[in-house]
Amino acid sequence: MTHLSTDVLIVGAGGAGMYAAIVAARSGASVLLLDKSLVGRGGATIMAQMTVAAAIAQQEPDHWTLHLADTIEAGRGMCNEELSAILCEEGPARILEMDEWGARWAREEGHIKQVKAPGHSRCRCCYVDFLNTGPAVAATLRRQVSNMDAIKRLSNIAVTDIVVDGGRTVGAVGLELVSGDVITFEAGAVILAAGGLTKLFRRNSASTNMGGEAYALALRAGAELVDMEFVQFFPIAHLAPRLVGMDPIMWDPFRYKLGGKLLNGNFEEFIHSYGGSDAGKYTTVRDQASYAILKEVEAGRGSPHGGVYLDFRHVPELELRQAVGPVIDRLLTNGIDLTKMPVEVGPMAHYHMGGVRVNSRMATRVPGLYAAGEAVGGANGANRLSGNAITEAFVFGKRAGRFAAEEALRTKSAWNAKYAAEEVEQARTLRQGHEGSDVTPVELQGELKDLMWENVGPFRTGEGLAKALVRIREMKHRDFADLSISREKYFNLDIQDWFELRAMLTTAEAVVMAALARNESRGAHQRLDFSGSDASLLKNQVLELENGRLTASWAPVVCSSVKVEPV
Amino acid sequence: MSKGAKQDTTALRVWRGCPDQQERYDTFHVPFEEGMSVLDALCWVRSHVDPSLAVRYSCINANACKTCMALVDGEVEYTCTARLKRPMVTVEPLPKRPVIRDLVTDTAPEEEKLQGAVREAP
Ligand SMILES: Cc1cc2nc3c(=O)[nH]c(=O)nc-3n(C[C@H](O)[C@H](O)[C@H](O)COP(=O)(O)OP(=O)(O)OC[C@H]3O[C@@H](n4cnc5c(N)ncnc54)[C@H](O)[C@@H]3O)c2cc1C
Ligand code: FES
Repeated sequence: MTHLSTDVLIVGAGGAGMYAAIVAARSGASVLLLDKSLVGRGGATIMAQMTVAAAIAQQEPDHWTLHLADTIEAGRGMCNEELSAILCEEGPARILEMDEWGARWAREEGHIKQVKAPGHSRCRCCYVDFLNTGPAVAATLRRQVSNMDAIKRLSNIAVTDIVVDGGRTVGAVGLELVSGDVITFEAGAVILAAGGLTKLFRRNSASTNMGGEAYALALRAGAELVDMEFVQFFPIAHLAPRLVGMDPIMWDPFRYKLGGKLLNGNFEEFIHSYGGSDAGKYTTVRDQASYAILKEVEAGRGSPHGGVYLDFRHVPELELRQAVGPVIDRLLTNGIDLTKMPVEVGPMAHYHMGGVRVNSRMATRVPGLYAAGEAVGGANGANRLSGNAITEAFVFGKRAGRFAAEEALRTKSAWNAKYAAEEVEQARTLRQGHEGSDVTPVELQGELKDLMWENVGPFRTGEGLAKALVRIREMKHRDFADLSISREKYFNLDIQDWFELRAMLTTAEAVVMAALARNESRGAHQRLDFSGSDASLLKNQVLELENGRLTASWAPVVCSSVKVEPV
Repeated sequence: MSKGAKQDTTALRVWRGCPDQQERYDTFHVPFEEGMSVLDALCWVRSHVDPSLAVRYSCINANACKTCMALVDGEVEYTCTARLKRPMVTVEPLPKRPVIRDLVTDTAPEEEKLQGAVREAP
């Protein structure tokens, strides 16, 4: 069996993982950077098409404390203010560092151009033209990473378990996807940078690798999760006609810029009948739009694909061209002529505010285990401002890299193969194949995604959540044990799906438990049976595994004023 | 599938094989809707007919990850942007890359592969 050893092991090579790798290597540590897809390509980072928020004050006067105030307001009282402050204060340095590394932020009159995205009080959002922010950021970090000898990159490796001994992180177990071989890793510190969980929901905007594995890995290792009920749903994501080659959340800026109209299946405007107006504050509008859309669909007034229409036909073609730019041609190749037809839109899972509970050093409560990027919970509270996620990936990536390296360099390896034996045995058993029920892991994943979408989506009820919880536990304890697994040696997707599904079920259970206990509506967590928020629930929920059982408890919100160590 | 959407089918002819297996072509009948990508159809096959069909992709919609390349009707294409056609589409692995299984070829950069990093367990 293959065994590798390193100072810092990084699980997931998106924006956060790559940033962490660079900084850990600069701090003198040897680094193994792993990704189940290809390094720098598998996650949400490369898909981001919009903007990155940081108070670099090049467009207009700005200050990180203003960014912080906006972030906290959007977070509806739930932000871990210590983490939010780190995000806002260190964001500018990261954006400028990325510029030095050649990210090519769009410029205007010699300075980095910054626009005002909804919810931000200043023009502070940078981007790379045209809709190229994510690919540019990913390419820049990939270049940096590949220039450093201390970083060993490995693609096609799915980490399935973090190895802990005596309460301390000592390594991990991974599956090499091409050969199906099991690999063990010993490490002084491990950073979870495996991104978000949007794949848990049938309708989502993200990549196929976003099964929420970081959260399940953290729980299994003994770390805590926080705010798992707060999944961000994007109200007007693209549903139809089939649009390929474009991020489904692309409509938002155009709708705001051009006043796109939302129409129901009968081509009538409807937002006003839900007490909303199309003006007003973005965050309110966001929740209301989702609500109104889903209510129209429920009443049988949806569009053919279960959403509503977004219509720009009233906008003069010239104005449309100016605003949409070259995107209009990309739309045309998709058979979408905005001057002649509306498109269908509806809510989709997009980002996760909750995640692994860490301190300002990005350390979990398990010594040697760190988290970074979307995997971290708390900085964005109950609702995230647009542009904060990529900044978070950079800032938290840097901190995790620095502190994990420090920890690894002063830790003596305590590896023993027996600590990983159970997980290694599990992978070997799967390779024998299993003729269980007719159900395969990918089918059960499909059922889970439908269940989550229908009961744990943008609008929740106690009844729906309870039903989902029962079924998830049944899947976990009954169906999962008897899935059919093929014996293919190379690139066995059943085995890949099996490990992913194991994580998805754990993470889904955490989301549902947290959502069920929060008897109020706040930010992204909307309960139809508890409209409005309840001041007595202005606290975070913390989840952990106790003897294999998931438990939830309440903890006070972390307020700022704590002095944070600079990096 | 939703009401009003045009429902039809098309044939997806897929190359199957791997280093330790006989190669062959399998034909799947998949639902067809105007605008669907070849990847949409491959995913449909995996979740409804044959989960053992090996395909690789990541971003699905954004055409950003570039991990989904294959030969579609003889042309090198991203399966996520190539359109499904009627009456049939043929999908094969990339020609100049070693095949891992079915449509998955070895596209990882050399320095990102395990071989270079291996050290046997003590
Ligand atoms: C379509 C889209 C558009 C977006 N647009 C914006 C935007 O404009 N601005 C903004 O600020 N934010 C945006 N976001 C959010 C933002 O992109 C993400 O929050 C951020 O990129 C997350 O970075 P990350 O490094 O934490 O995770 P990711 O970039 O998602 O990387 C995680 C990596 O971990 C790997 N992985 C997962 N599980 C395992 C495992 N078990 N073993 C090994 N590897 C694993 C994955 O393959 C992936 O490569 C967008 C998100 C989406 C989906
Ligand atoms: S799936 Fe990402 S480019 Fe095709």
